[in-house]
Amino acid sequence: MGPDLMLAMRAQAERFGAEIITDDVTAVDLTGPVKSVTDAEGNTYLARSVILAMGSGYRRLGLPDEDRLSGRGVSWCATCDGFFFRDKDIAVIGGGDSALEEATFLTRFARSVTIVHRRDALRGSRIMIARAEADPKIRFAWNSVVEAMNGDPSLESLTLRDTVTGETRELAVQGAFIAIGHDPRSEVVRGQVDLDAAGYVIVAAPSTRTSLPGVFAAGDLVDHSYRQAITAAGTGCAAALDAERYVAALEQAEPVLVAAEVSA
Amino acid sequence: MAAVEDVTDATFAQLVLKSPKPVLVDYWADWCAPCKQLSPIIAELAREHGDKVTFYALDTNVNTQTPVSYGVLGLPTIQIFVGGEVVKSFQGGKTKAALLRALEEYL
Repeated sequence: MGPDLMLAMRAQAERFGAEIITDDVTAVDLTGPVKSVTDAEGNTYLARSVILAMGSGYRRLGLPDEDRLSGRGVSWCATCDGFFFRDKDIAVIGGGDSALEEATFLTRFARSVTIVHRRDALRGSRIMIARAEADPKIRFAWNSVVEAMNGDPSLESLTLRDTVTGETRELAVQGAFIAIGHDPRSEVVRGQVDLDAAGYVIVAAPSTRTSLPGVFAAGDLVDHSYRQAITAAGTGCAAALDAERYVAALEQAEPVLVAAEVSA
Repeated sequence: MAAVEDVTDATFAQLVLKSPKPVLVDYWADWCAPCKQLSPIIAELAREHGDKVTFYALDTNVNTQTPVSYGVLGLPTIQIFVGGEVVKSFQGGKTKAALLRALEEYL
């Protein structure tokens, strides 16, 4: 499984001398030959090469009470939190495969699962749709968007607005799982490396080179379509090799540069 | 030097609620990916600050009572107990710096 793979790789990296700092990066300067990375503690690290692997974050609905109720009924991870909603009524927001997967998984615990979708048909694959439609615990709220999350200290209901009639109604649920997709976490490098329209870092595939020399990118930060542990790990390995070759080439090139300066 | 010990439903009152020192409880489960990112950080904090604060991990997969009693609805959840009461509770992945800030007043 992904998490076990991560732990094994972390241990391997440490065995080879990698120092791992668990902190948020707040600023980078990737443009020159020496790159700098600053963390939330204010420490700055200098390097000739940087590999970007910030991944993607769950997309939020952007509602005022979403943060307050996050972890208090509102969740982005059915496999993490579904367990705490035994015999409860749950909503899953979204209409793609991941929403259907979450909904089907949650029927193991929940009394009912209502899929809240803004359109009148699902986007998921046929087999996932058929499975969800056949499940006696799964209901559908079509043409519905979540307008508010209610409850204190934990979630008690969602206010849904019908996108056709404009009418609002309350859906009593103790859990709401949001499955409306991911966004690449590329904000900190925006304006330095080239991003595509959706914010993913553009690389010269099959290499991991970005638009800046010495800067490589891997994993879900780059990848729209596969997003698997093994594809992310694979591009991570490619990025490590690309970075290693880049640094090795610099070391070879440097004496030539010095010689040129001396003769000038 | 201190390690993160396991606490269970059965030992929770004795180890956490009656602890003379502040206690940090890390609620986790083996299916929770962000928990696995958090646990090495908790282990580091235990090594560095285990003399001032006691660190416990609670496997919610086998200990279902305590999470219900303390309103845990998502993983990972971190709670800090002082004198048998929850004084801080937060949910989701955290950086070491953020956890240190939360523990600062007890160190």
